[in-house]
Amino acid sequence: MISKFIDHALHWTLVVCVAITVITTLVVVIILGKESYLFFQEVPVFDFLFGTRWEPLLEPKSFGVLPLVVGTMKIVFGSISIALPVGLMIAIYMSEFTSDNVRSIVKPFLEILVGIPTVVYGYFALTFVTPMLRKLFPEMNIFNAASAAIVVAIMIFPMVTSLCDDAFRALPRSLREGAFALGATRYEVAIQIIMPAAASRIGAAVVLALSRAIGETMAVTLAAGATPELSLTFLESIQTMTAYIVQVSLGDIQAGGVEYMTCYAVGLLLFLMTLVMNILGNHFQLKSRVSQ
Amino acid sequence: MTGELMEHPVILETKDLSVSYGDHQVVKKVNLNILANQVTAVIGPSGCGKSTMLRVFNRMNDFVPDARIEGKVLFEKNDLYDDKIDPGFIRQQIGMVFQRPNPFHKSIYNNVIWGPKVNGHKKDLRELAEQALQKAALWDEVKDRLHESALNLSGGQQQRLCIARAIAMNPKIILMDEPCSALDPRATARIEDLIQEFRSRYTIVIVTHNMQQAARVSDNTAFLYEGNLVEYGATKKIFTQPDQKKTEDYITGRFG
Repeated sequence: MISKFIDHALHWTLVVCVAITVITTLVVVIILGKESYLFFQEVPVFDFLFGTRWEPLLEPKSFGVLPLVVGTMKIVFGSISIALPVGLMIAIYMSEFTSDNVRSIVKPFLEILVGIPTVVYGYFALTFVTPMLRKLFPEMNIFNAASAAIVVAIMIFPMVTSLCDDAFRALPRSLREGAFALGATRYEVAIQIIMPAAASRIGAAVVLALSRAIGETMAVTLAAGATPELSLTFLESIQTMTAYIVQVSLGDIQAGGVEYMTCYAVGLLLFLMTLVMNILGNHFQLKSRVSQ
Repeated sequence: MTGELMEHPVILETKDLSVSYGDHQVVKKVNLNILANQVTAVIGPSGCGKSTMLRVFNRMNDFVPDARIEGKVLFEKNDLYDDKIDPGFIRQQIGMVFQRPNPFHKSIYNNVIWGPKVNGHKKDLRELAEQALQKAALWDEVKDRLHESALNLSGGQQQRLCIARAIAMNPKIILMDEPCSALDPRATARIEDLIQEFRSRYTIVIVTHNMQQAARVSDNTAFLYEGNLVEYGATKKIFTQPDQKKTEDYITGRFG
């Protein structure tokens, strides 16, 4: 009797745990959707998505999200264009060129990089990376997209490395042997055989890293500034979507007004972007499983 | 060494060849002459060292960190393990076909020409690919889809592609490590037919656990047991009147 009761209790505890996950997700989506809906009652969706000026606090008010999206994209593509080659090269080195000993030394360092709080990266950008960059580009703003992109790259390349390393290691030894048996060098095998064979999992790693870069908040808020400008340079201050939400949440703006609801609209857009990235990433991973 | 070996020049010979992984000696002082343009089968129960020995012949054991090789392996009188010898150069002349088909994640065409390409061939690659695929009896099946992924081929086709890939290098010796163990009987028969045809052009060393296969395809057979070369001779003799009791017991299925 008692054991049956425990069995039931356990079952329902687990059901509640699962329900919490589902309910949390639903609540977040519903609140984002509802508040955004109210926002879009006042600001047309088209003006929001394709407007080129983001000045919700200045008269005349303007709610074009493009400057924030471009700011985010600068960080995303700037950081991935550093993190992908670096991460790939480290992964290739660890899986194809060195013994397990070296790997067991390098891996903890990568894990430490992952464990550093992002606010520390922000100050690292502000007090170390930016001064260094300013020696190269004296006209550079104290707050700038370049140094934020660099620290975000440092934050995401360990993930690229570890996912690619797993991908390379999952390839059978016989694939490498087949290539070596034709007289190829290690370099040729790594670049021409191993990397193409792991292509879809490298794709998944890139997409997941991108999604992490899109959502990155603390470091870019500190390092990149708060100037929503539509431009292409990396030397000037920008504002990312996440940094804008931080600014609003800090309380400059009265709750309830259309200015306040902007952060739900921006949040919804951000959520959709990372959602698409994660779906793409899973798709790549699934595809690689099928092809193996 | 026993049995009547036909009169063919020796292309590869081992002298007191021993191979160890760590403390474990897998091949023990083997002396074996591989004859040119012949098919030599290496048989023996699992773990007898036959695959290990085969992998010594094109230096595939270089990738096993704790493998140690003693004795000599001479390829056309040159020591394979001489410091001055480039293992890549050896592997261009001594090709290998593996247990499981291992096509590259590339098109059929690129699978065949990849070897020649990384080794500096630039001209007439298309012709080279066609010839290699013809010789591997795969051309007719794939000529209309050369640029499709090799991974879409069936297992048997993939293995013939791997053979074409080895042939495209124009090697002197082709090592085959249980090439049919992952294939169905029909695909196996096709590979065995190929081995028969290749006899005139290449030297073949085939490791197999399938004694009928060894009897069908080979001219000479070496029987390895626990790392020792028990008997080596003409296949006919080994399978009809072996000199050693151990060989007879293995062939008649008393163990293994």
